[in-house]
Amino acid sequence: MPSSEAPLRPPSEPRAKTALFARGALGRAGPRIQRFIRARQLIAGIPSLWLALFFLIPFLIVLEISFSEPRLAIPPYAPLIAWLHGWPVPHIHLSSYAELFTDPLYLRSYLYSIMVAAVSTLICLGLGYPMAYAIARAGEAWRTFLLMLIILPFWTSFLLRVYAWIGLLQNDGLINDVLLRLGLVHHPVTLLQTDFSLYIGIVYSYLPFMILPLYANLEKHDPALLEAAADLGARPLTAFLRVTLPQSLPGIAAGSLLVFIPAVGEYVIPTLLGRTDQIMIGRILSDEFFDNRNWPVASGVAILILLLLVVPIVLLQRVERRQLDAQPVEEAGA
Amino acid sequence: MRAKGVFSRTVLVLGLVFLYVPILSMIVYSFNNSRLVTVWDGAHSPTLKWYGVLLSDGEVLDAAWLSVRVALCAATVSTILGTLAGTALARLGPFRGRSLLIGMTTAPIVMPEVISGLSLLLLFVALEQAIGWPRGMGALTITLAHISFCMAYVTVVIQSRLAGFDESLEEAAQDLGARPAKVFWRITLPLILPAVLAGWLLAFTLSWDDLVISQFVAGPGSSTLPMVIFSKVRLGVSPDVNALATLMVSVVASGVVVATVWMRHRQKRRERDMQLAAAANL
Repeated sequence: MPSSEAPLRPPSEPRAKTALFARGALGRAGPRIQRFIRARQLIAGIPSLWLALFFLIPFLIVLEISFSEPRLAIPPYAPLIAWLHGWPVPHIHLSSYAELFTDPLYLRSYLYSIMVAAVSTLICLGLGYPMAYAIARAGEAWRTFLLMLIILPFWTSFLLRVYAWIGLLQNDGLINDVLLRLGLVHHPVTLLQTDFSLYIGIVYSYLPFMILPLYANLEKHDPALLEAAADLGARPLTAFLRVTLPQSLPGIAAGSLLVFIPAVGEYVIPTLLGRTDQIMIGRILSDEFFDNRNWPVASGVAILILLLLVVPIVLLQRVERRQLDAQPVEEAGA
Repeated sequence: MRAKGVFSRTVLVLGLVFLYVPILSMIVYSFNNSRLVTVWDGAHSPTLKWYGVLLSDGEVLDAAWLSVRVALCAATVSTILGTLAGTALARLGPFRGRSLLIGMTTAPIVMPEVISGLSLLLLFVALEQAIGWPRGMGALTITLAHISFCMAYVTVVIQSRLAGFDESLEEAAQDLGARPAKVFWRITLPLILPAVLAGWLLAFTLSWDDLVISQFVAGPGSSTLPMVIFSKVRLGVSPDVNALATLMVSVVASGVVVATVWMRHRQKRRERDMQLAAAANL
């Protein structure tokens, strides 16, 4: 928490002086400088407080409730600390975790979600890398236009774009219609509510998240390096593998994490397009919460997803911070 | 080199087709007379029938109105908070709590929505028990939840915009005797104005579009537009949703095109001004 006496060390010379003032002789400093320091604290303090209240503390509550016991009441869980003759008595229950680890339903959908997210990430990478590469190599005017085409779907309703695939993939949908007319199949193929439609939906929704960081990386590469590699006799493929690919690893990492992390807990796409016999973990969380009203188990599921995602999220922050600190980010349509 | 260029360009074209065919199919079928989405009723199409159905659906209109109000509020507050956070991260140098602020502004962007939704609802329930506020779930709780995840996006937009400028202009103003507040209003804010606007629009879109988090914190009485759409499409395809999609896509598309053109125009003008200034100095 940024406290009120946070030492502020601005990098530039004139401000470093003010900061010295502030630390050593705040009492002697004029009211103008004091106001200046207070303003700086507010700038960082207000958003930090907001996020602490609405982002950090909620996770602690989820953690707390995952260790409580469901009961028929409003809210439907027993408080962790009961008061007995004026003394606090902790009531920590592991029942929700016991349920999660003993019922194979949970474990199976947990593993299924990881697999779906991983495969979707690989497909996004395979599709997104050449796309980002082609945009980065296009001429100036084309580049802006192509980037806009990539970003545009991102601004339109996610839900409606997923919904569009129902119309394309259902048995009397457009794709089956085309297949039948071409004579490739004689009966409609079941495409909806399969792994296939699930992957289509996820890749479709998250592809821009893969392309944009890859583009931001590839666009900065110095073409002279490739020319040098060619002059030294490297074939295009070798040059790509030994020069371009290693340089683009940060972009690959950022894009993959941006797809993988939200895909694990995806709820809307599997509900609309996915299988009915194998549901993903995000759906389990929602069903436990809304249909079974089992808040402790729902919280336990949330904690297990978070445990899985903690490492990727920390990795993503490292990659992004390095990119943001290393070079000025040009405004890619933003 | 040639072969690879051809390969990546082919994938680019196919990928764009993949991205746009579903959107185009919704637009085309929104003018179809038939209730069956896939049967093109050539005799009676194109028709605006489904637009009429949509615009006389009270449930949809109520939900859209709620979504607009929530999105306006959420976008405005989150833009203010996100601009503060982005400025703090890009301009204040190291301060205590900086890494925490970075973590709290990047994590919400990737956090699976079911987790954000659940945790926010549990917070509201706990708050209501402890201090009696907020009273029940509704527009207020949806707005608070939206502000929290939208401001993370705004922060990133502002921060990367500020990272693209060095501080020399602000320092020059300071050296000439401008107070920090004046520096912010006269130098920093005009510089990041396009990013502030982009952040506001992004926040508005995200709030307008959010389904999962709203579903958790909405309570029984209030439904946002995505919630109504979701309950409609869970039952199968309905043509009036195509009409709605077409309306939304056209609004968004024209907005983004106008914004992009305007921003490029500003950018060009700024570059020209700077060139002129440089030339004048010579």
